[in-house]
Amino acid sequence: MTASVCFHLNGLAVSLDADGDTPLLFVLRNRLGLKAARFGCGNEECGACLVEIDRRARFACTTPIAALAGAQVTTAEGLPDHPIGAALLAAFAQEHAGQCGYCLSGILMAAFVLLRANPTPDRASIIAALDGNLCRCGAHGGILRAVERAVASLAEAAP
Amino acid sequence: MTGRPLPKSLDDTPALGRWISLAEPGRVIIASGKVELGQGITTALAQIAAEALELRLARVTLAEVDTDRAPNEGFTAGSQSVEVSGAALRLAAAQARAALIAVAAVRLGADAARLGCDDGAVLLDGAPSGLDFWGLAADVDWGQPVADAAGLRPASAYRVVGQSVPRADLVQKRIGGGFIHDIDLPGMAHVRVVRQPFRMARLERVDSDRLARRHPGVRALGKADFLALVSDDEYAVHAAHAEADRFVRWQEVPGRWQPAKAPEGMVAAIGAEPAPATCTSTIAVRYARAHIAHASIGPSCALAQYEAGRLTVWTHSQGVFALRAQIARCLGLDVAAVRVVHAHGAGCYGHNGADDAALDAAIVACALPGRPVRVLWSREDELSRGPLGAAMSAEISAGVDAAGRVAAWAMHVTSAPHAQRPGMGGYANLSSAEAMDGAHLPREVADLPEAAGGGASRNARAIYDFAQEVRVAIDTRSRIRTSSLRSLGAHLNVFAIESAMDELAELAGADPLDFRLRHLSDPRCRRVLAEAAEMSGWAGAQATGEGVAKGLAVARYKGKGAWLAAVAEVTVEADVRLQRLWLAVDAGLLINPEGARSQIEGGAIQAASWSLKEAVSVENDRIAAFGWGSYPILRFSEVPEIETRFIESPGAAPLGAGEAAQGPVAAAIGNAVARALGARVRDLPLTRAQILRAVAGG
Repeated sequence: MTASVCFHLNGLAVSLDADGDTPLLFVLRNRLGLKAARFGCGNEECGACLVEIDRRARFACTTPIAALAGAQVTTAEGLPDHPIGAALLAAFAQEHAGQCGYCLSGILMAAFVLLRANPTPDRASIIAALDGNLCRCGAHGGILRAVERAVASLAEAAP
Repeated sequence: MTGRPLPKSLDDTPALGRWISLAEPGRVIIASGKVELGQGITTALAQIAAEALELRLARVTLAEVDTDRAPNEGFTAGSQSVEVSGAALRLAAAQARAALIAVAAVRLGADAARLGCDDGAVLLDGAPSGLDFWGLAADVDWGQPVADAAGLRPASAYRVVGQSVPRADLVQKRIGGGFIHDIDLPGMAHVRVVRQPFRMARLERVDSDRLARRHPGVRALGKADFLALVSDDEYAVHAAHAEADRFVRWQEVPGRWQPAKAPEGMVAAIGAEPAPATCTSTIAVRYARAHIAHASIGPSCALAQYEAGRLTVWTHSQGVFALRAQIARCLGLDVAAVRVVHAHGAGCYGHNGADDAALDAAIVACALPGRPVRVLWSREDELSRGPLGAAMSAEISAGVDAAGRVAAWAMHVTSAPHAQRPGMGGYANLSSAEAMDGAHLPREVADLPEAAGGGASRNARAIYDFAQEVRVAIDTRSRIRTSSLRSLGAHLNVFAIESAMDELAELAGADPLDFRLRHLSDPRCRRVLAEAAEMSGWAGAQATGEGVAKGLAVARYKGKGAWLAAVAEVTVEADVRLQRLWLAVDAGLLINPEGARSQIEGGAIQAASWSLKEAVSVENDRIAAFGWGSYPILRFSEVPEIETRFIESPGAAPLGAGEAAQGPVAAAIGNAVARALGARVRDLPLTRAQILRAVAGG
């Protein structure tokens, strides 16, 4: 069924007509041209499509667009405009985190959701937040160091 | 002149202008036939060229690899990109600098010895001369062949090479874009291919009515046993593909699949005749691994468009020229009518589904002239239907003499094929080629020659000084498609050799480190071993059966690449947990130290994942399609702490680093598990089930 859906995406109001069953991932990538959420498995098993919906980490590959009415959605494209997102991006660059980069946008979103809820997570909490995201290149060490660096830089910047 | 032979790439593509272009003011475009696989080669090659031209790195860009323009440098494989393409670019860039300076000397009427350059500006006696590279470029003969010219700057003067500059391509990839998956061609059709469930399966029936009823807007496009689903809408075609077994039926036709002829039993290396008569104790053991999936996080993807008699294909293949030739052959096109352009894929660790996806897209594009098409594989197909890393076994019969030295060593390797890239052995080696026409089924399979590092034979010759008998056989009896996965045979061969060395050390009553050093004259190998031992606080013989232990292993990749020694610390309860890894590496000159570290540590984690968790389950010589749920890989909560130290060798040439860790890390873990458990597990992966089996058997 085609339905009209309105939600907020990276701070902007979006309104579109789509089959309500269509997963958000295909709408982001093919209708809105936002490519940060990536197809990895289509089955909530790898985290490559992770986005933030109403402050929680969600799999865009299985979230139907109809469920988004009125929701606040953030994708990795929105990270530079947010202090926590910007701190994460800077820290990932400084730590040379990631290798091929395919998993990175989803991992950044998992970290973003974590830091929004808990600005001072310990290593165990960071690992727990990222454990649903797969990385095949073995870039885990640099990624964990990068999240820790972002936590430290945000703590320094805080008044 | 150094008198060394030129890199092969320069023999094949001698003209300077094919490697370096200054056509765009203020920028230098460099060309390479090697492609970005997520390993950071784009950055490393730009560093090499920037160094030779004394430019800021930001001015240098690596052109995309396009068969219409790029030098043909074969496959991007075997850790050869820095060694081969880097060497070619370094010479080309140095020659370009010398040619530009020569033109400046004429213009200024000054001796070239008084000229220098800084970021493209020409200096006369150290002061700006008013000339720059881009104003001089028109007077350079870009057709001149690149020679092994003088003018290479000494390593001590390097400013860009040796720096850990960040990867420019990752800036975009972090926040979206940058991958082949992200290319939108106007009006493109979305395609999913319904793959044969096993090789030479016959497409018995497609229920088009049912497809049309359940998935309006999706149509089937077939050619013999090749079947594609096509739609304007990606979700529609994705959903249809996910339930393809509702409207597609396959059939097994006995005898349709025939095994390829295997090469004659090869002898990879032989030393002096081993002397088993002098052994006081011996082992006769067998080590093995199952098929391993590449398991990239991004499924294979390709785009294609057939227009005005010319086919363009976008791919993340490792070898665009070989792929072009095979696509042309499979579709009956002239090679000149096919253009293959590389675009970045997700992490590539060998011959995965990229080439197969490219042919998929090419077939559909030719059936829909003018229309751009985009093919994406499903997660299940990505794990199970591309070529797999080959299952292998290695039998070692060896013994020690009364003096505690290895007096006999025979190793017999049996392996599925490692070398079935497009065109190898004269066959297309593409999944949909076989589906379109059974004549593409390979009748013969060869292994990679020793000069290319070998396939099944890679690292089958132990680095130690003792005499060895080594035999390698390729087993082609399975219909499972296998080809090159990171380090090829080296993973299992080094696992076997280094496990056997620990077993022999135990027979000799020696510490594994001392026992290795006893048989090792290669000084750079001794050095990495000593370094890893020092880093890890290696304390000689440890108690066994305590549930926690360290293990050690070493190898030189391909016998001619980087040296790497690994120490692993594990705890073994119900499962093995890899706690820590210490890695000592000698990879010669490091172009980008952080990039090299990322390659080594990433390789180590992947090797740990293979060795602890991974085996593709084969039943009845078939693989049921599977997802991440049944093929787990190492997660954030399971990765070890890693400490890596690079050993600097002044004046040493750079050596590829991407595959050096695979064997030593597997063996170090195996040796640690044996010590922690008090029993040896010789079959990878080291899962709970294998451990129970080994303990029950021991």
